Parts: sequence; structure tokens; C-alpha cells
Amino acid sequence: MNSTEPASGAAAPTALIARGLTVLRGERLLFDDLSFTVETGGVLLLRGANGAGKSTLLLALAGIVRPDLGRVVYEVDGQQTDRATELHLLGYQSGIKSRLTVTENLGFWRQMYGPTGLSVHHALQELGIAGLAELEAGYLSSGQNRRLALARLLASHRNIWLLDEPTATLDAEGEALLGRLIDRHREQGGIVVIATHHDLALANRSGIETLTLGGAR
Amino acid sequence: MSAFRALILRDLRLSFRAGGEALTLVLFFVMVGVIVPFAIGPDRPQLMRLAPGIVWIAAFLSMLLGLDRLFRTDDDDGSLTLMRHSVLSLEAVVAAKLIAHWLVTAIPLIIATPILALLLSMRADQWGLTVLALACGTPALTAFGGIGAAVTVGLRRGGLIAPVLILPLVIPVMIFGVGSTDSLVGGSAVLLLFAFSLVACVVAPFAAALALRAAGE
Repeated sequence: MNSTEPASGAAAPTALIARGLTVLRGERLLFDDLSFTVETGGVLLLRGANGAGKSTLLLALAGIVRPDLGRVVYEVDGQQTDRATELHLLGYQSGIKSRLTVTENLGFWRQMYGPTGLSVHHALQELGIAGLAELEAGYLSSGQNRRLALARLLASHRNIWLLDEPTATLDAEGEALLGRLIDRHREQGGIVVIATHHDLALANRSGIETLTLGGAR
Repeated sequence: MSAFRALILRDLRLSFRAGGEALTLVLFFVMVGVIVPFAIGPDRPQLMRLAPGIVWIAAFLSMLLGLDRLFRTDDDDGSLTLMRHSVLSLEAVVAAKLIAHWLVTAIPLIIATPILALLLSMRADQWGLTVLALACGTPALTAFGGIGAAVTVGLRRGGLIAPVLILPLVIPVMIFGVGSTDSLVGGSAVLLLFAFSLVACVVAPFAAALALRAAGE
């Protein structure tokens, strides 16, 4: 499983469909009757002020938060599914154990998510942290931590990426790298939903849609 | 299956690296055995009669000590959320974590029982039966403890509430555990204890996973 090419299922046309999503947090209506479809190769940018519900929408898309109304459907090869194994969620909490080495951390998540992508070594190389492979993750800077979290996206191939402020703590070079990773993921037919305040350097500007949250307050 | 194994291995590795967590529990376990002879006086026949009960109380208390860590560390760093998109179901995740938890909390206690047996002047046959009862009964303690830990994972200071929650569930384990050393009804008590553990191990992953899903919202 050391191939640098993703598994054969990568090119399967995928779609992320939200139908009439309504989410209440406490007494507050975050969004009301939200519907959209992101097709293969598409990017959806989520914008909005702090507390507008970007992270909550990502959690709803990931199936962690159950919407009060409406539903989320993943479509792979024309088949509808609600299985959570179609997606990667990258939040501000990255599930990295400080007492395990970088390799052990990534190796663990590669097994948990299925070893369908790059090998641990290749994924670390892509993110430019291969030199830290044997270091305990507790010694990483927050930017290096973020790169390790991003390496998980490459170690297991999933069609849908849900990224919550992926550029936080990354340096300029890291942001450019993230842009290239997203570009490549799109070329392979992947879908990316990003909640961010930054303008990402994406090569292909077509197929990018923006959704501004915070209207329903 | 490799994801299941990877999760057990990771949890074992973490507990061995976390600075002798297992050793702390064993020391606590032995400490109870050291204190009791001072408290009730050096009356050997009386100690011998009370010994099985004291061993069970010590085991019960030291297993409660480690309970809080079961899901909390994974919840704090986001691992628990990420595991919901793994190839394992949340029930399987809980089962793997319970197995790892049992291995690092119960096995060291069982290994340390000869020390307690000496301190409490147990007979050899009494000690053998106690070891058998602990081996049969501690899976139930871990399983019920897992339910308690999952229910309280969303609460700060939940570590103090979980033992109170599961107390009614573990009292039968104590009764049959201590009863196992009785020469008259010992055999059937061990069988009942083992049956109890089997039921607990089957129910706990589903109940705990349900609680964790609710906590994630």
C-alpha cells in the first residue's frame, strides 16, 4: 500500500448534499432551511463572523451534530449513503497525542481511517515534517502540529474534506502547501468544504462557491 | 480488525508512557492491604475471614481511580470526534478502549494479589479463589465503569460522579465476588459472576457509545 496514487475509488463521482438544514443551538437559530450541493471537484467556502455557525455547520455535515430539521447526504457513484467513512474532518482539535511520536500518531490514524492513501513516510514528506518522524509530538510547534494533522488527510484517502480554519497557525509556506494539496484533491475528484477567513491560494478558481452564514439571527 | 488492534495498542502504549499510571493503581491497591491490619488489629483469624472482602474493596476503589481517564483524554484533544469517522463503529471503538483499559487496570491488580494475601494472612486456597473471582469479575467492573465514564465525559469534575452512578450496578459484582471464596456456594457464585461479566461486556459498548454520541452534540 505504498503507492503514491490514491485507491481506485478516488475518481468515483461524489457529491455532498445538504437538504433543508436547520440547526438550533440552545435557543438560537444558527441557520434555517439551508440547502446546497457540492459536486465532484467543487469547493465550498464558508464565511461569516465569529459565532455565525461555520464550525457547527461543518459538524452537522460530518454527522456529529444532528440537525433539528433536514439531512445531509453523501453520494458516491450515484449511490446515496450516510456513512461517515466518506469524509475527513479537520478541526482545531487534531487528536494528536503528545506522548506518541509523530510516526506513531500518524500511523495510528492511518489504521483507524483505513490505509488507503500515502504511506506514513510519504505523507510526512509531503507536509515537510519527515525530519521530525521520531520526535514525540509534544515537542512540535503548533504549526508543525497542524501539518501533522493535515498529513492524516493524505495517509487515508477520503473523498470529502471538511476543514475548519485549516490555515490557523500555518506559516506562509504552509498556506501555499495547503492550497496545492486542495488543488490536487480536487483534480482527483474530491470535495472540500472550508470554513476560513483567509483567501486560500487555489490554482483553479472555477467551481468555488461561497456561502456566507449569519443571516438567520 | 487492524484498526481495532491499532486502537488497543495505542491505548496500551499511552498508559505505559504516561508515567506509571498502572503502578499508581497497584500501589493504591497494596496500600489498602497495608492499612487494614493496622486498623482492625493483628487478629489473624479475623483478618483471614475478612481478607476476600478487603481485597475486593481495594480492587474496586483502585479501578474507580483510573476510570476518569478512559474517555476524557480522548475527548479533550478531539480524538473521540475523529474516531467517529474511522472505519470502526463507535461501539467497536468503545469495546477496544475497554479491553485496553481492563488490561492496564485489572491485570496488574491480579498480579499484585499475592502481596495482599501475605499482608492479610490469607490461606493459599482462599487466595486462589480470590484470583479466580477477580479474573471473572473485573471485566464487569470495567464495563460498567465504561458506561459511567461515557455518561460523565461531558462534565468537568465528572470523575467524582461516575463512581456514584455505577454503584448500584457493581454491588452484585461485589456480592458474588466475595461469595466466590465461600466453600459452600463458591462454585455457583463464580459462575454467576462470570455470567454477569459477559452480560456487562456485551451491553456496555452499546450503552457507552450511545452516551458518547449524545455528549458529542
